[in-house]
Amino acid sequence: MNRNIVISFGLHTLLVIITAVSLPFIAKKPIDLPPIVSVELIQITDKTNIPFAPKAKKIIEKVKKKEKEKKIVSEQAPPKMAKKEKQDAIPLPDEKIEKIKEIKEEKQNPEKVETEVKQVSEFEKKDLFDPNSIAALIDKSADETALVSEKTDKITQDQDKSIDFGGLSLSEEDALKAQIFGCWSIPLGLPYNENLLVRIKLQLKPDGSIIRSEILDHARMNKPGQGFYKVLAESALRAIKLCQPLRVPGTGYERWKDLQLNFDAREMLEG
Amino acid sequence: MLFRYLVILLILLPLKAFALIEVDITRGNLNPLPVAVSPLSIDEKSKSNFKKILKKNDLGSEISAVVENNLKQSGLFNPLNKNAFLQKPDIANLKPRFEDWNLIKAQALITGKVTFIDEKLRVEFRLWDVLAGKEMMALAFTTVPSNWRRVGHIITDKVYERLTGEDGYFDTRIIYVSEEGPKTNRIKKLAIMDQDGFNNKYLTLGNELVLTPRFSPTNQMVTYLSYFRNLPRVYLLDIETGMQEVVGDFPGMTFAPRFSPDGKKIIMSFAKDGNSDIYTMDLENRIVERITNHPSIDTSPSYSPDGKYITFNSDRSKYQQIYVMKSNGKDVRRISFGNGLYGTPVWSPRGDLIAFTKLYKGKFYIGVMRTDGTGERLLTENFYQEAPSWSPNGRVLIFYREAKTNSKGEGFSAKLWSIDLTGYNERMVETETDASDPSWSSLLTN
Repeated sequence: MNRNIVISFGLHTLLVIITAVSLPFIAKKPIDLPPIVSVELIQITDKTNIPFAPKAKKIIEKVKKKEKEKKIVSEQAPPKMAKKEKQDAIPLPDEKIEKIKEIKEEKQNPEKVETEVKQVSEFEKKDLFDPNSIAALIDKSADETALVSEKTDKITQDQDKSIDFGGLSLSEEDALKAQIFGCWSIPLGLPYNENLLVRIKLQLKPDGSIIRSEILDHARMNKPGQGFYKVLAESALRAIKLCQPLRVPGTGYERWKDLQLNFDAREMLEG
Repeated sequence: MLFRYLVILLILLPLKAFALIEVDITRGNLNPLPVAVSPLSIDEKSKSNFKKILKKNDLGSEISAVVENNLKQSGLFNPLNKNAFLQKPDIANLKPRFEDWNLIKAQALITGKVTFIDEKLRVEFRLWDVLAGKEMMALAFTTVPSNWRRVGHIITDKVYERLTGEDGYFDTRIIYVSEEGPKTNRIKKLAIMDQDGFNNKYLTLGNELVLTPRFSPTNQMVTYLSYFRNLPRVYLLDIETGMQEVVGDFPGMTFAPRFSPDGKKIIMSFAKDGNSDIYTMDLENRIVERITNHPSIDTSPSYSPDGKYITFNSDRSKYQQIYVMKSNGKDVRRISFGNGLYGTPVWSPRGDLIAFTKLYKGKFYIGVMRTDGTGERLLTENFYQEAPSWSPNGRVLIFYREAKTNSKGEGFSAKLWSIDLTGYNERMVETETDASDPSWSSLLTN
């Protein structure tokens, strides 16, 4: 009797320990959001109340006083709470101006660049290490064996073509192009006298859905004066995601499982 | 030998078989991008505080309505119907369920939060790429509560910039001439408003005739022409302080003063000894310099954004056409060669195009051409319209249009209209009174 109770107690204790140890691993990680950039705006509505001649002096003086008090004021808030408190505190006007100067000199630009770089690297990371790709790779091995057995059975007309030309037939290419044309919303603000070519390498499943997408010139995103390239590359990635599964041929998977799409907006923007 | 050939053949064969297939995508659609603008979430305490101060029941929804309206007016975005949204604003701001937003075909999502902190308005917003399932941008603004509309405009600018790749134009103002009364006795006042038509204010009383207000490209200064005792005077007005000064009295007909790109000079045309030429005036030392010297009528000068060239219209080739010259007046060349008369050329802030008014077969057109005169495109046609002015990003033009009020052509009304470079997105800009001679400011926040 006692023995059974001891065993039961022991097993229950073990169960509690296992639960306590393993649960934190099961719990989802907190959402990791990038820091918010904080900007304080000056009050301009008072200033736009244009005074007429008789009242002019008084109002101008008032506005100037206010201007001193509310002088600018654009700062980049780090995510930590302690720093937010600092920013919201209202120091004396002189102190405030000094503090703002300090912040401007030390933080504003470098930090922004840092976040930009961070975003880009995350972007790349996502493309290169898409979690879906693990599952997709497992799927792929099964698909490939299936395809191999299919190949040995018979050679279709399409497969025959691939042996001759090594690419998609005109009608296959047209079908794919037509599909992507409909999905690609071209950002209209792009400078049309620049190189507007984005090359994206895709790894596809046999049904045309995407295992992995990779921007081939991703280093260009970080180059100064190439901010538009990121916008363009993102629009191309959106188009691919919106269009998937892509209209790929029903056969010849080996031929097109790796595909490169060259998005060029210049023709459209030059009109 | 045969063995060698076989080896080379074996090496080459796989290369051909596994060559990467490339497909060129050279076309896309120019349809407006579907965007979901979720109402900004707001806690009850902040809500009641803002209600007391601003008399707005739900400031979060009001700010998101400003953003939504701006995006819609741009013609580049299609804000989706809020009734279709499945996720609540506060949760969406924390972590959107992208599947839900994908379901309603949104490609981008805007979420945010409004709070009342230390008598100030704090608005944070996030822009999400729905298809990629990632955050694209996060910003927070702190300001006095009365600036809430501006916050909406700034959010729109940031979203526009991130999604289109060019600067926005929403946190801007438009100065124009407000007109009231019969055509024979019009009262004309200077007025200013936000680019969406809100916060309208009058800057003069209407005692004197005012014409052609123009914003400085660098700050909130305005130059305009006013008739004082029937003499044309060029004024400078600082919108922020209300300070106004006379730049000078100019005899005879004086036209359209406009700032140089650095804001240090104004350029205009006036008649001296019966001959209209183009002059500049240095605003520091008030030295007037003659730029053109030709017996024809040269008017409507406008600088290129780099300050190296000037475009203007002249009838030196018998009919009024558009010309370009160096800023010192040399190398004058005609760039318009189409049928009809060309006038009011204005150089785009991007530097690539010149906007103009064209009169052909009794109709007025607003159009654009490249700076060498090629690629002329007429964007809009009407009974009477003129005076195009560029948005600071060089994508939209604002101009005024007079319309007959009855079928006999009696009476008229003048209204402001905007059109983008595609020519498809044409809209009337609402004003309290009739309006003419608009000029677009630069961005208020740089």
